[in-house]
Amino acid sequence: MAKMNMLHAINSALDISMAEHPQACIFGEDVGYFGGVFRATSGLQEKYGKHRVFNTPLTEQGILGFANGLAAFGAPALAEIQFADYIFPAFDQIVNESAKFRYRSGNEFNVGNLTIRTPYGGGIAGGLYHSQSPEAYFAHTPGLKLVVPRNPYQAKGLLRACIKDDNPVIFFEPKRLYRASVGEVPEEDYSIEIGKAEVVKEGSDVTVLAWGAQMEIIEQAAQKAEEAGISCELIDLRSILPWDAETLIKSVTKTGRLVISHEAPITNGFGAEIAATIQKECFLHLESPIERVCGLDTPYPLALEKEYVPDALKVFEAIKKSVEF
Amino acid sequence: MTNPNNISLNISHALEFIDGHALNIPTLKILSEQGEILDGATAPELDKETALKIYSTMRFIRLLDERMQAAQRQGRISFYMQCLGEEAAITASAAALKQDDMIMAQYREQAALHYRGFTLEQFMNQLFSNEKDLGKGRQMPVHYGSNELHYLTISSPLGTQIPQATGYAYGQKLKHIDKASGELSSEIDNVTICYFGEGAASEGDFHAGLNMAAVHKAPVIFFARNNGYAISTPADEQFKGDGIASRGVGYGIKTIRVDGADTLAVYEATKKAREIAVTTGEPVLIESIAYRLGAHSTSDDPSGYRTKDEEAEFKNSCPVARFKTWLLKQGWLDENEDEAIKDKIREEILAALKVAEKVQKPALEELVSDVYDTPIPALQQQYEELKEHIKKYPDAYPVTAGRIK
Repeated sequence: MAKMNMLHAINSALDISMAEHPQACIFGEDVGYFGGVFRATSGLQEKYGKHRVFNTPLTEQGILGFANGLAAFGAPALAEIQFADYIFPAFDQIVNESAKFRYRSGNEFNVGNLTIRTPYGGGIAGGLYHSQSPEAYFAHTPGLKLVVPRNPYQAKGLLRACIKDDNPVIFFEPKRLYRASVGEVPEEDYSIEIGKAEVVKEGSDVTVLAWGAQMEIIEQAAQKAEEAGISCELIDLRSILPWDAETLIKSVTKTGRLVISHEAPITNGFGAEIAATIQKECFLHLESPIERVCGLDTPYPLALEKEYVPDALKVFEAIKKSVEF
Repeated sequence: MTNPNNISLNISHALEFIDGHALNIPTLKILSEQGEILDGATAPELDKETALKIYSTMRFIRLLDERMQAAQRQGRISFYMQCLGEEAAITASAAALKQDDMIMAQYREQAALHYRGFTLEQFMNQLFSNEKDLGKGRQMPVHYGSNELHYLTISSPLGTQIPQATGYAYGQKLKHIDKASGELSSEIDNVTICYFGEGAASEGDFHAGLNMAAVHKAPVIFFARNNGYAISTPADEQFKGDGIASRGVGYGIKTIRVDGADTLAVYEATKKAREIAVTTGEPVLIESIAYRLGAHSTSDDPSGYRTKDEEAEFKNSCPVARFKTWLLKQGWLDENEDEAIKDKIREEILAALKVAEKVQKPALEELVSDVYDTPIPALQQQYEELKEHIKKYPDAYPVTAGRIK
């Protein structure tokens, strides 16, 4: 074990993947010698060569078009989109191409070798275009897998699983935690199964669900709730697609209450999908309406970011509301 | 270039703009409309066997197109797209490649697929979306694809295959790169050809794909089929530059324009382009000029957007007839025999059509397979619920009801 921050953990997962397959390539804007604007790919060009770790021109649709082709050829394509806010020029290549490659060809061709890494989320004073959480757009697309880690250990294990998975995966990295989150991470290879949520803390009064950077927020809220005598069960969803309904159903069946929190705007956020499923599956076990604590339906703000975000206080209030209903 | 801006340094003291049409791009033409090698042109090294394979492919595709266009009009298939007028461009370019080079086509390149060996039965199965279709009946007619024949399954969104071709070709090149020097250590064994229309070249993916191919040195042959129309929009409402070829120079890509109705010119240009790609690892752009003699698809009628006079003018420049005349002059083809074969092909097409339209549609399972490598739990559950529903109302779902396990 070694102490690593999330960037080191991601770098380690990439390093193992590059060593594993002689044709694996890492590419994106500034990922080459510079090692990426957040330095996630530091040192990899020196180690694996310019032909396998390289800068691309500034064209997100080109990065994903190239990635789809390289993955279809059979080489692991590890594409980076510098900020999730800039993934939209590649939307067509991801939604109409990556996601449908296998289905439309009757499995004659596939891009299972594709992994897209992209930093998402707020908390870095990034304003509208360096803060968004666009997971819900992609969650509406059959054929994709979506994964979000909450800490360095999770990041390395989940990223390795994404790269080895035989489907196109988008790996959303919580950039606020890149350096802030530090923990014990094995230097050797390991994977964490995609599609499985994790109960990170057991409790009996209310289930609180989040993923990625928002986990830290609900942990703070749960701490406050415990002080007020409320026992919270905390779940990290980890995979948005496919998502682990089973673990959540089991938890809500026990607690009878659910609070969901995500940074993205509330309307049509992924929390809506979860709430719909849980009300159907846990209808007779629910003691109170499912609460959602999310971003407001505005573009991501700058000066008023603190007011906008679903912070621990807002989650705490929702927990109380749920329990006191 | 050795300066930070990556430009040629040519300092001038006279204020002068370069004209937007400063390039004077020649069009390679080898074969005259009368089937003669033109003065000054070099006759290609094209053996009899290859020449006849090119011709028989064009002949077959023309007959297939004719019959399937009619089948659509009869309501037997939902949609069709003809290759009419572009048979030479597509067939001769495919013929200049190796059998296992990758083809990434747009949708009108069925001749390239047939040249590779896609059978009449395979065409029919796709057109009728039956259970024998390699694509499992999921896409509209003419969206062919075959892994075995290295022909990427067609995707309707235009131009998406262009940057994909760059990525695929980069993959083909990877094993030939020396890690230390970053240079080619051996001749590349396989390249990718990427077909697209002059309309699709307006998509952002065109820019992304060509620029990345140039920057990353991917061995792709970009084959722009400038046929004058994107559905109803004429090329002069699509761009103001000199065709698509002028753009190749902007990306720093070796470029050639050819008469796309001239089988020999297309064959020679593509053969040379392949040679450049395998030896330098760099992309090449070929712009083929051949008039789209037919409609865009069975869903439009060209009489609504172009004149009869214009169509008549180009009818005389039929690429199949031009090449056939050359073959006759070579003594490689017999007119009577050719007509007899055409009759035979027409019969075979009709017979295959009658077989394929009776083959049943794909099983219900194919609705949910291949979304992922294995169905995810939520989809598995939806599938189980759907099966129960169909079992409850079998009359409403006659295609699958009787076959649910």
